[in-house]
Amino acid sequence: MQLYRAHVLVCGGTGCTSSNSNKIISELEAQIANSGIQNEVKVVRTGCFGLCAEGPIIVVYPEGSMYTMVKVEDVKEIVEEHLVKGRIVKRLLPGGNVKDENVSAESSDFFAKQHRIALRNCGVINPENIDEYIAFEGYKALGKVLTEMTPQDVVDVIKRSGLRGRGGGGFPTGIKWEFAMKQEADQKYVCCNADEGDPGAFMDRSVLEGDPHSVIEAMAIAGYAIGANQGYVYVRAEYPIAVKRLGIAIQQAKDYGLLGKNIFGTDFSFDLEIRLGAGAFVCGEETALMTSIEGHRGEPRPRPPFPAVKGLWQKPTILNNVETYANIPQIILNGAEWFASIGTEKSKGTKVFAVGGKINNTGLVEIPMGTTLREVIYDIGGGIPNGKKFKAAQTGGLPEDVFLQAILIRRLTMIH
Amino acid sequence: MQMVNITIDNCKIQVPANYTVLEAARQANIDIPTLCFLKDINEVGACRMCVVEVKGARSLQAACVYPVSEGLEVYTQTPAVREARKVTLELILSNHEKKCLTCVRSENCELQRLAKDLNVKDIRFEGETSNLPIDDLSPSVVRDPNKCVLCRRCVSMCKNIQSVGAIEVTERGFRTTVSTAFNKPLSEVPCVNCGQCINVCPVGALREKDDIEKVWDALANPELHVLVQTAPAVRVALGEEFGMPIGSRVTGKMVSALSRLGFDKVFDTDTAADLTIMEEGTELLNRIKNGGKLPLITSCSPGWIKFCEHNYPEFLDNLSSCKSPQEMFGAVLKSYYAQKNGIDPSKIFVVSIMPCTAKKFESQRPELSSTGYPDVDVVLTTRELARMIKEAGIDFKSLPDKQFDDPMGDASGAGVIFGTTGGVMEAAIRTVSEILSGKSADNIEYNDVRGLEGIKEASVELEGITLKAAVAHGLGNARKLLDKIKAGEADYHFVEIMACPGGCVNGGGQLYSHQW
Amino acid sequence: MMGSGGLIVMDEDTCMVDIAKFFLEFTVDESCGKCPPCRIGTKRMYEILERITEGKGEEGDIEKLEILAKNIKAAALCGLGQTAPNPILSTLRYFRDEYIEHVRDKKCSAGVCKSLMHFEIDAEKCKCCGICAKQCPVGAISGEKKVPYVIDQNKCIKCGVCVEKCPFKVISKKA
Repeated sequence: MQLYRAHVLVCGGTGCTSSNSNKIISELEAQIANSGIQNEVKVVRTGCFGLCAEGPIIVVYPEGSMYTMVKVEDVKEIVEEHLVKGRIVKRLLPGGNVKDENVSAESSDFFAKQHRIALRNCGVINPENIDEYIAFEGYKALGKVLTEMTPQDVVDVIKRSGLRGRGGGGFPTGIKWEFAMKQEADQKYVCCNADEGDPGAFMDRSVLEGDPHSVIEAMAIAGYAIGANQGYVYVRAEYPIAVKRLGIAIQQAKDYGLLGKNIFGTDFSFDLEIRLGAGAFVCGEETALMTSIEGHRGEPRPRPPFPAVKGLWQKPTILNNVETYANIPQIILNGAEWFASIGTEKSKGTKVFAVGGKINNTGLVEIPMGTTLREVIYDIGGGIPNGKKFKAAQTGGLPEDVFLQAILIRRLTMIH
Repeated sequence: MQMVNITIDNCKIQVPANYTVLEAARQANIDIPTLCFLKDINEVGACRMCVVEVKGARSLQAACVYPVSEGLEVYTQTPAVREARKVTLELILSNHEKKCLTCVRSENCELQRLAKDLNVKDIRFEGETSNLPIDDLSPSVVRDPNKCVLCRRCVSMCKNIQSVGAIEVTERGFRTTVSTAFNKPLSEVPCVNCGQCINVCPVGALREKDDIEKVWDALANPELHVLVQTAPAVRVALGEEFGMPIGSRVTGKMVSALSRLGFDKVFDTDTAADLTIMEEGTELLNRIKNGGKLPLITSCSPGWIKFCEHNYPEFLDNLSSCKSPQEMFGAVLKSYYAQKNGIDPSKIFVVSIMPCTAKKFESQRPELSSTGYPDVDVVLTTRELARMIKEAGIDFKSLPDKQFDDPMGDASGAGVIFGTTGGVMEAAIRTVSEILSGKSADNIEYNDVRGLEGIKEASVELEGITLKAAVAHGLGNARKLLDKIKAGEADYHFVEIMACPGGCVNGGGQLYSHQW
Repeated sequence: MMGSGGLIVMDEDTCMVDIAKFFLEFTVDESCGKCPPCRIGTKRMYEILERITEGKGEEGDIEKLEILAKNIKAAALCGLGQTAPNPILSTLRYFRDEYIEHVRDKKCSAGVCKSLMHFEIDAEKCKCCGICAKQCPVGAISGEKKVPYVIDQNKCIKCGVCVEKCPFKVISKKA
């Protein structure tokens, strides 16, 4: 394996891609070759770093220097100064931060209060390379589940972890899995909801773009737990990068025998297919999503029967969203107690937020449950532009659980 | 069936475990209003009129689709339920074209009844209303999307029961509408004109193309010799519209009414049904004897014919070459009858009263005009006849009975069973039997085809031939039967297909008599 | 909303009625059309909000919103419909006075609702440079040298270009 003295990580998320990160990557590669250091420095297209307001973003390791709002014209300087001469390009640090030039991405205000579980590999690995995922403990949880655990064990761990659905409903994931596990049926299905569509949200897109294997691995684990051998990822067609990377990841997993027949030499087989949504918000509703996968007009159907009993094609089905799945491998590897130790009494773990609107650091953050809105807006988010006063924040899902001190100023609160 | 104990409005009852809350409530004589619900056809929980409080549920639940379970507690008349139903109904009414005075469904409109039952006095939430074009280009069915309440009964009927799928829900949100592919007129899509959508429509959004004026004009024209024929299924339905018990046979009064309306002669389509059967029976015999294309499939249901043309063109040669009874009769009237009575066929105007909307389309087929004139000039449905009788101020119930006019001799009576499913087949088999042996066949026994509801088969021994026949009513069933034949899983000599579920008595032109 | 992690921060310049309208527009657009509470109800709520933000709000509109919101939440078929009224319910809960202000006083304090605000040139401070008049896309501003410029409110489309372009910052938004 070739070793490199430096890695240049370039964000390949949708935000940075639309502000030209692809050209930056080709320019980087050209300039690096120009300087003759192509065998010493490796350029990696990663998923989202989170600080979208400042994109396109480049992080250079081993220093961990984060360059923001990088233009194609800046690339030559980064290569010549930083990569060749070892001098950090101060003017490209966040907010022109020149006081402490060694400030690394991880230690900045934006990242300090975050706790990345679902996003752990986003902005770290090349999502189109399964080896990088495996190097970061990828598919280890699936291996553990298939060789050391019974389906009931898996369900128990997920139940004990306190993980709740991150798609908005907040239903305990382990209990959902248990319902489906206990159904007697000739066929069951595991589905993933990647039809994220509420205004301003791009958490699931970022996970699929930055770490698609975590979702694939989790769905296989879910398949083993409930007794399903087929999964579907329902993803909106408006997410072309996510769709592409997920497709690559599924193919790689199949090539490695991590999807398909007799995974890890066990009796367990599991296959995965992508289904593209046509852009209807309602298809994020679980029964509408299943109706759409079945090939019908995406409309909800009455519950009960619940999907765990009669879901896709009237078979027991579990549906979790992308972010929920992204937590699963870590819970399996680190244990239910580890996960349950994060967050609050009632809400365990972390939550990813796509922060937007009147805030300086627009972007993607993952915070422990119980973080206050004040911390998100003022510490991580860098406050409100132009010294304006905060009035309200809109969020969906589990706002009360997440923002224990939501009310910053009397009567100011969230719409949910 | 396993039973469960549930409580509805504090009333403890025991019901089968596969019941819905609506079924359970009806068993307990508790009325829950419904609009979209149609047993076995449209159980989608869409309209939210039947919402009830289910103990433990976060929001109100649709009784029509909510399954009962042991210990279930349901409340059907709480303030929250009453308010929600009323608000929902007001919302539906706010986007419904409320031209009730001139609506064909006035007084038997399910929405109107709901508004009355729920005591809606005012619509608080008026706003923008849909203003979409009316599609009246089909000779059979008129679609008025501005009256549509999007209950989806028509879509379910067309797609799931008839397997036609000419209409579907399109667009979304407030713009949602039931429409055809690419919003083409019904006349340009594979709609078969069966009119079953009309029968299930709770409001006036679907109705037959009204041809009454053409008939009034003809009757008023002194130069025209206006003849009318009525199909068997009409006489058993018509009385209901005039307050008589369902199923009353009102042949005599109907003939009287038609005479009073001014028709020169009133004939029974049964007469032609006899001709059809003779022809069809002979054709069957010929095909069997001479190695013709089998199975012979009946051609009297025009909805079926159009369905076959669109979906099973490979079976077109299997269709009987016979015209349907109404067309055969029309042709006879404009040729034999015209000649016999010395009337110029151009002065003969033939009206058919049919239980069927597809017959309107059939009468306009250019190939059905062997005399140079259309065999049939205008087809009216049972509903249209009832309206004409009312418009003419005829007191139907007190009319004296009158006999049909006799164009050329007695009808055998075999045609009377045309209107019921299996009738054509039975009549044809009897005919074949008579031709072969000179005697009528014994009672024919039908058996259900295993696994296929709505399809029956029979096999009859006739002079050394084992005649195998099958009957399918409803086009969804016809599709199953044809697929079976296509796959080589069945070898019938004769197949009867009726487009409408239950046959002509449930035709798309019959009265609205549903008690959902 | 059904959503799960979009966090949209609003500052003092945000009109909460307008925000509710924004989210309702989304649900009106995204309703699948299956059940009437969502299909027609969200549309009616949106129409009322539209009316209110245009200064055409009537006595009783807020109550109508509340009745609709409550019953749509209770009777809609799925989560989208059941949560569609939430933006209205929570803005009404915390910012009811803004609704009342819009309906009764025909005023939008945040200066967002175009029908309820106008731009004014401070005649005393106007240097009569004429830049605003040149920049105005609809020719709504007139004046001449030594005569302070004036905005014709009937022509003004409230685009705000004049405010941006005035080199002396003497044009402002008035509620």
